[in-house]
This record gives sequence, structure tokens and C-alpha cells, in this order.
Amino acid sequence: MRGAKSAKWVAGAAVIALAATACGGGDSSDEGKKNTSGQPAGYVSIDVGEPQKPLMPADTNESNGSYVIQSLFTQLLDFDDKGEIVLTNAESVETEDSQTWTVKLKSGWKFHNGEAVTAQSYIDAWNWYANVENKQQNAFWFSDIKGYEDVHPEKGAPKSDKMSGLKAVDDTTFTIELSNKVPYFNYKLGYATFAPLPKVFYDDPKAFGQKPIGNGPYTFEKWTHKKLIQVKAWPEYQGPNKAANKGIQFKNYSTVEAAYSDVISGNLDMIRQVGPRDLPKYKTDLGDGAIDQPYAAIQSLNPAFYSKTFKDIDPKVLQGLSMAIDRDTITKTVLNGTRIPATSFTPPQVKGNQTLDSDILKYNPAKAKELIKAGGGVPGNKFSIQYNADGGHKEWVTAVCESIRNATGVDCVGDAKPDFPTDLEARDNNEVKGFYRGGWVADYPVNVNFLKELYHSKAESNNGRFSDKEIDELMAKGDKADSLEESVAAYQEVEKALVDKMPAIPLWYYAINGGHGKNVDNVKVDFHGDLELTGVTTK
Amino acid sequence: MGRYVARRLLQMIPVFIGSTLLVFLMMYALPGDPVRALAGEQHVDATQIAQIKADLGLDQPIWQQYLNYLGNLFQGDFGTQIGTQRPVAEVIAEAYPITVRLAIFAFVFTVVAGISLGIVAGLKADSLRDRGLLGLTLVLISMPSFVLGFLVQYFFAFQLGIAKPNVSLEPTNTELIMPAIVLASLSLAYVARLTRTSVAENIRADYMRTAIAKGLPRRRVIGVHLMRNSLIPVVTFLGTDIGALMGGAIVTEGIFNIKGVGSLVFEALSKREGATVVGVVTLLVIVYLVCSLLVDLLYAVLDPRIRYA
Repeated sequence: MRGAKSAKWVAGAAVIALAATACGGGDSSDEGKKNTSGQPAGYVSIDVGEPQKPLMPADTNESNGSYVIQSLFTQLLDFDDKGEIVLTNAESVETEDSQTWTVKLKSGWKFHNGEAVTAQSYIDAWNWYANVENKQQNAFWFSDIKGYEDVHPEKGAPKSDKMSGLKAVDDTTFTIELSNKVPYFNYKLGYATFAPLPKVFYDDPKAFGQKPIGNGPYTFEKWTHKKLIQVKAWPEYQGPNKAANKGIQFKNYSTVEAAYSDVISGNLDMIRQVGPRDLPKYKTDLGDGAIDQPYAAIQSLNPAFYSKTFKDIDPKVLQGLSMAIDRDTITKTVLNGTRIPATSFTPPQVKGNQTLDSDILKYNPAKAKELIKAGGGVPGNKFSIQYNADGGHKEWVTAVCESIRNATGVDCVGDAKPDFPTDLEARDNNEVKGFYRGGWVADYPVNVNFLKELYHSKAESNNGRFSDKEIDELMAKGDKADSLEESVAAYQEVEKALVDKMPAIPLWYYAINGGHGKNVDNVKVDFHGDLELTGVTTK
Repeated sequence: MGRYVARRLLQMIPVFIGSTLLVFLMMYALPGDPVRALAGEQHVDATQIAQIKADLGLDQPIWQQYLNYLGNLFQGDFGTQIGTQRPVAEVIAEAYPITVRLAIFAFVFTVVAGISLGIVAGLKADSLRDRGLLGLTLVLISMPSFVLGFLVQYFFAFQLGIAKPNVSLEPTNTELIMPAIVLASLSLAYVARLTRTSVAENIRADYMRTAIAKGLPRRRVIGVHLMRNSLIPVVTFLGTDIGALMGGAIVTEGIFNIKGVGSLVFEALSKREGATVVGVVTLLVIVYLVCSLLVDLLYAVLDPRIRYA
């Protein structure tokens, strides 16, 4: 407690200073107690900041926007906290050959403006999202559907505004024909991008983005830019995730510390992530309200296979480097217990996660040295790890380097880029000099999402440009499977093969370290680390 | 005098153009593509990025972009944000009022507290109270504002419970007192020290002895004769300080969660929202220019010897 005591002393000095200048903390004593922001009774508040873009389901992939989108829109299906499918707007999503899917909607569903949600609402929306002219960021999510090239050609104007794979059978039934088999396609449908749109959207998409009308558990109330978004529970909602509270306030905070101090003082109900400053004490501060739960996301070191250091590298070297990282100690000390050491290439929350029959992810300095030597060593006996300095990565990058240096004598330096855009640009332009810091959160809870999207030689997010024929073939096998189980099993084989190829060094899984105040209850975390807002109750 | 003001106003034009051009070029030189960065680690196709850039005019050569920007600016159009697709003018208009209020509060506090402390100390240099003031201001100068902000927040909000840790969405005046004091503390220390030195020096000047010898009341000696002469360096500092208070509030605004210009610029910078950054900086430049003009005019009032023809 020495630190706390001395802090009080300095604070005391500051108070004397303020008293000396005849100016105290103001006379807001009675105001201080009541809820300041005019939060209506029965509403819950959470620190979700300003969405990056207007609120359109297919144009949002960052967490602030998607929180709001998910409260306003409901897709065909969703996932429970174990990653199992829960049907929401769909009665059933079925296939016989993994290529043609039949969707039946629950009848009687309506948009917030009273319009019925029909098969056509989905088809029109998906066609609009996929159209290259509408410049939707998540357009590529529709690329499995037959006819995608017509609405979203690589170059030039679209040939059609409809994908031939989408056909309405009747008001509540439609079929989706894919250009190839995708056994896990129904899992993709859980992504918020697949939400339906009401007819008013097409009149003025721009205005809609500021004042969306959805079919979800909440209706839009107001958006005070950079400050607050407020949504109200919708009594007519028929899905399983009906709101247990009266509404939500998404409040914008400039720092996690500011949000945390508001949770402590009762002005905010929930915080998604406690900042490093408050992590050591948040469990004492919040008591039962503290949330510490792992979710489906992984951090890894990805070698740039075009770089001088890792061009034609023997995977043994990478295995050696992996074994030189003391994950247990780093996650416990440097990362304050906020991460869980990785035991495979996929997090435990996804279908098909398995324990690898290999010790490459265990700390073993002796074997590490041996493997690196056997693989011919790291060129120049030195490598770098690229990271963005604005994301709190410096500390663990330094620790990982220290660990590798101590264990193997190979020198390691951090290659800091000032912020995320700069970091991304270096990755896009193949300018990474050694490793880059990779992070991936599940879009859907299947191992495919962590293997194909990252390590297929044509995968767009494969920024290390890992390319291996054998792996691609194994993945193709998984994609041709007739059922999800077969496909997942085939991808498990892919993962086993990756141990000998080392497209990346898995480091640790993420955990959410958030919390809630005394006014709310039943705060749960979903598989990709978002707080589930519909179930939150007020006291 | 009138001609002087007119000349000063004309001088603002090249300063204005030069500074906007500089900021524009600097934003352009920064690595990281703002349109691409919107997608994060996910992939977006190049055609789509190119289209969005073409829509916003970001595909043109830099000089063309700058000319377009200036042209639009003269028609009152500050441009459009890349991510939110909202007009920059609207975004700035939302952030400015609160920062102006905060800056005014901080400025008044600086002037009142800083100058009175300085006089109190300077009138009796090397006394105990003078030493006390020097010590106090030293603490304020050496303490980073995030430390001070955190301590004030910790003490008043969590220990005493007489204030809220953060300001609310529509902050009342009382809520702004705490952040304003934190924001003002650094310049307060400088103002106090400047005043103190100036007063301590002038108090021994010949005209002071004369004034006292004439039998003028003490209040008049200090209030008029001493103050007028001692305030010139202080006014110079205060003039530039207004601009600094408006632009340099990033840390304070962050601690107390004030959605002002500071956080706006910081956010825009990290998202490479060039138009927003240039827009805010443009306004700050105007504030600086107007302030330094006012300072120069005030000189004439304080000391007729420096009056301009």
C-alpha cells in the first residue's frame, strides 16, 4: 500500500494548492449523486463509442458499429455462448449437398416500421450489399453465392443487379445456390452483414444510415454524434433474444479509463474492456460485476515469407522460435492475466478446436536452440516484430523478444509503426521485415474461419503471403465435404499439417476483462467477446 | 492605428494560406491509407477503394486537392469525413462550443489566480510567501497534466465524492470547473511567475518611488502605476496561451471525457481524416492570429510609448 499512501500525499498537496487559489471542486455535491446523462429508467448503458461509418449492416465490421447494428437488426440465425447455432429470424436453414441451401423464415416478423420481413427483404438486401457500386465493405461475404461476379466484377461496372443464386420460393421461403460447395455456409449467415432491409432503405440509403430501421430486438431512438446512441426495446420482437431491459444507451468515451471511472461512480452500467491502469484492481472494485472470460480470438506472430529473414526459412527454425517464448510467464506478468497461452492454431470456442500432438507451443529453451540450429538458424541471427504502437502491444513484444533472446541467443527487436493505418499499409505493400503481429477474432465459430481465411495461399487476410500447395489441397478437401462435420474434420487435418509448415506462431487467446456496476445484472459474453445486451436486466 | 490594424489583418492571409498548406502537406505525407484503414485486418477490394477515393477527390494530385480544398473553403465547405460521411463543418461545430467554454474558464482562472498570486508574491520578494509560491508553481510546472488530472479526479470524485469523475453529455458550468483548473494549471504557474518577477523588478523602479513620494494612496500606486508596467510580458504570454488552451486540451479532455476539439483532432489524426485535421487547425490558426493582434493592441493601452503610428 506504499504506493497508494504516497499518492494520497501528492493529492493532498494538490488540494492545498487549489484551496490556496480559492477554488475548490465546485459546488456540485448534490448533482454528483444522481444519474447525470438523463438515462431513462430501465435502460442500461455501455461504453460503445462512435461507429466508424453510417449504420449499414454490410458496411460495418468494427466493434462499435456492430454493437448498434446487432441491437437493431436480426439475421437468420445467431450463436449461443458455446458457438452453437440459434435460429432467430429463420425457421430452418437446410441443405442436402452443401451447395443449395433452403431458408424458411418464421412468419409474422416485421420491421420496426410495420413492413413484413419476407424472403424478398433478404434477397433484395443481399443483392444491394454485394453490388460493387454500393461500395459496401463486407460485400465479399456474399462471394460464395452464385452470380456474385455479375454484381461485383473485379473491374468495371456490374452486369446485373441480381445474383442468380438467390430465388424466392414464396413469401417466407427462399433458396441460396452457391457457386461451390460450402459445408459451413449456414455459420457464415450468422454474421451481422446478412441482415434484411426494409423497402424504405432503397429510397435514401444515406439517410437510412443515420436513422436505421431494422427487424431486431431494439428500435432506433436517437444518435447524438460522438456522444450517445440510444435504442429502445421493441415490444413486438419475436426472436429468442427479446430484450429484458427497456433500452440501451451506447455512450462514447475518449479513454477506457474515463469509462471505468464512470462505472465506479455509477454513471455507466457496463464497460467492455478495463484499461491497463485499472486492471490490477478492477476485481476488487467491481466484485461480482467483474468479467474475466476468454473468447474466440487469437494473437500470433506471422512471418512475412517474402522478407529477407524468412524467405525459404526452414519451419524448424520457426518451431524453435515458438518454443523459446515463455507464454505462461508473459501472459501472467506482462499481460496481467488477460490472455490465455495458445495450445493450437484455433481458439477453444470454435468447432473443431483440438489439442495438437506436438510440443511446439511449450516453452523449452534447450529444444528451441536445437531446432533453430537444425533448421539452419535465423539469417543474420536477428529478426524483428512489427506492431502498431497505438494498440498497447509494445510491452508484450518486448517481453517476447526478451524471452527468445534469453533462450536462444537470437536477437529480436520490435519494429513499431506509429498507428494501425501505417501498420496495415506496410502489410498490404509487402514491407514487413520479419514477423508482424497478427490478431484474429472469429466471424463465425468454426475452425475454418481461423485456418482458411488466414493461411490459404489466396486468402486476402494472409498478409504473410504463406503459400503451400499441400495445405491448399487439404483445404480444398474440407470445402468439398458434404457435411459440416466432415468439413470440420478435414480442417482439423489441415491444422495438424500446419505444425510442420508453421505459417504463424500462435501466442495466446484473448479474454474480455470488462465489468458492470451494481445497477445491472445478467451480463454475459458471446463467443466473439461482445457483451450480450438483450439479456441484461436492471435492478 | 486603423492603418496598423488593417495591415495586420492583411498579413493574416499569407499566414493562413501557408499554415493550411503545411498541414495539408503533412497529412498527405503520413503513411497509411485512410480508406483502406477503415477495413482493419479484413480485406477490401482495390476497385472499391479506388471508387471511394474518386468520390472524395482523393485520387487527384496533392496540389489539385489543395486548390479544391481552398476553393470549397471560401464557399464555406470544409469537406466531408471519409469514415462517417458527415460534413466536416458539422463535426467541428459539435466539438467547438465545449472547448471554447473550457478554454474561457481556464483562461479566466489563469488570469485571476495567476496574476493575483504573482502580485502577492512579487510585492514581498524573498519572503516566506514568495518562496511558497515559487515552490507551488514549480510543482505545477513539473507535474504532467495527466497526473494532475488523475489526482484531482481521484480526490474529488472518489475520495470526497463532491464531483463527478467525468463531465456529462451536456456539461453544466460547475462540471467544467475541475477540468478547467487542471487545464489552466500549467499556464497559471507561468503567469504567476512572470507577474512575480515583473512586479518584484518594477517595485524598485524610480517611478514607483516618485509615486509613493507624491503621497498617492497605496491602492493607486500598485493598481495603476505598478500593474500597467508589469503586465506587458504577462499579456504577451496570455495572448498565445488562448490558442494553446484551445488546441492543447487533448490530455485534459481525455481524462474528463470532454468531447471537444482536442479529442477530435487526435481521433482524426489517427484515422487520417485529413479534411478534419486541416479544418480544425485552420480555425486554431485564426484564433492565434486574432489573439496576437489583440495582444499587440493591448500593448498600446498598457504602455503609450509602444503605441503604433
